[in-house]
Amino acid sequence: MKTLVLMEHDGSALRSGNGAAIGFARELSDDVCGFLLGEDLDAMNCEAAKFAPVITVDDPALADPVADRWAQVIAEVARARGAERIVATSTTWAKDIVTRAAGLLGGAMASDVIGHEVIDGELRLRRPMFAGAVHATLTLEGLPQIITVCASAYEAPEPAATPFAIEPVVANVTELPGSTQLEEVEGKVGARPDVTEARIVVSGGRAFNTSQDFEQLVGGLADTLDAATGSSRALVDAGIVPNSLQVGQTGKVVAPELYLALGISGAVQHLAGMKNSRVIAAINQDPDAPIFEFSDFGLAGDVYEEVPRLIAELNGS
Amino acid sequence: MKILVPCKRVPDPDQKLRLNAEATDVDSTALTYILNPFDAIAVEEALCIRETTHPDAEIIAVSVAPAEGEDDLRTALAMGADRALLVEHDAQLDSWNVARLLAAVVEREQPALVIMGKQAVDDDANQTGQFLAVQLGWSQATFASQVEFTETGLRVHRETDLGIEIIHVSLPAVVTADLRLNEPRYASLPSILKAKKKPTEYTTAEELGVKPEPRVRLLSMELVHSQRNCEMVTSARELILKLRETEVIKG
Repeated sequence: MKTLVLMEHDGSALRSGNGAAIGFARELSDDVCGFLLGEDLDAMNCEAAKFAPVITVDDPALADPVADRWAQVIAEVARARGAERIVATSTTWAKDIVTRAAGLLGGAMASDVIGHEVIDGELRLRRPMFAGAVHATLTLEGLPQIITVCASAYEAPEPAATPFAIEPVVANVTELPGSTQLEEVEGKVGARPDVTEARIVVSGGRAFNTSQDFEQLVGGLADTLDAATGSSRALVDAGIVPNSLQVGQTGKVVAPELYLALGISGAVQHLAGMKNSRVIAAINQDPDAPIFEFSDFGLAGDVYEEVPRLIAELNGS
Repeated sequence: MKILVPCKRVPDPDQKLRLNAEATDVDSTALTYILNPFDAIAVEEALCIRETTHPDAEIIAVSVAPAEGEDDLRTALAMGADRALLVEHDAQLDSWNVARLLAAVVEREQPALVIMGKQAVDDDANQTGQFLAVQLGWSQATFASQVEFTETGLRVHRETDLGIEIIHVSLPAVVTADLRLNEPRYASLPSILKAKKKPTEYTTAEELGVKPEPRVRLLSMELVHSQRNCEMVTSARELILKLRETEVIKG
């Protein structure tokens, strides 16, 4: 089945999560092409071509990732190429732009897919619902199918020894909508890895009372482990951490090698975002907190006492 | 100015779910339902707009639901919406078809702005707002954490993986609400009583001229349980030791 994999980038580099979309697409078809849009894409095209043949629309009109413009180009190219399946990794970019493109292409879309099987030629997709308390199995009616997959659910393929071809495509950019303008991006501050891309995530919950405490304890432990920081929704609501750190149903879905849940009770909304991590360890004052049911290792204790001990232990003192 | 706020009826997330006998849906008989929390944020934002920059704004809450969906529209009315419209529909609908029904309501009501939750906490699809925008040919501003009116449209702060993105969209537009946009008010008892007198209209897909065309066919559901057995340790030192043994922490 002719498949296009939309490759997300931040204007200067591909995002590492793209690998999951390529991995998923490859499991289902040999006819997989990467698809990049934007401006000044040369370096990223080369990077993408390590994994699949690439088609690319490189145009100043696409300098900013604005949904109505990008979706129109995605739909135009998908139609021209006769794409039957369009795949991306589930991120806020995909939720905004790829969903709009799906709307232009008929609306047969499944988001946040975590598994699949093919039965009698029919593709069955599994996706979480109800904050991950339920896994639903569904099929899509009609073509093209638009599918976003969770970054943690599929493995990226190994890069090929010789790169695949890069094919520039000209899209009609003179008739793109002009009613949306990107004015500014207030990027994240700080040098820590992104919570969706880190090998270790240290996450803090309600037990932390102030931003300073969070930074000193959760941030301090994260830096000791070269990890990303995350948080539960409670700290976002309380204004203690920015929303970009939120892990859960309404935030980000992560599946690192190690997830350290500090002072997080384990509400189902939070579990939805982290329960597929390889190893989960939790510290919570309440030994009956639900987070322990979803953990491999647990320590009942006060994070204000235990986290400094963890940092000291890791520093060998 | 008219503001349309789509309101979805969802199971209260703070309850244990069971599936129906065929495992094709959750067992709705024992569930209590609420207004989707993200849609409550959207209602609140519409109220804020009326209270600050647009005192003439008329706020219309619309739901696609079985007859019981009226309860959740009452919540929106009690918060302060002016009137409600229930598109009565019993069967499951995918996001595409909900968007088609909402688009038909938009054609009828001609609002300048649609504000709705970025996702519903039952199917977690995060699609309907984008589908509605594209069906109408309108601009979209998803995952809004701040909305302000300008002379020509809206300036919206969007919550993205890469940080806050500030965009400007002209009207008409669809805005989808993220968590930090505001904190929805609780309806007071007098406003709950007053809401009972506010007008609610009823319609159907047929009346709106929309015949559902499924895009997603739900085959089955399963409940997810934890597979882990938690080993409790008694000290920070022991925890580090265990994590080193599993080789997730090196050195």
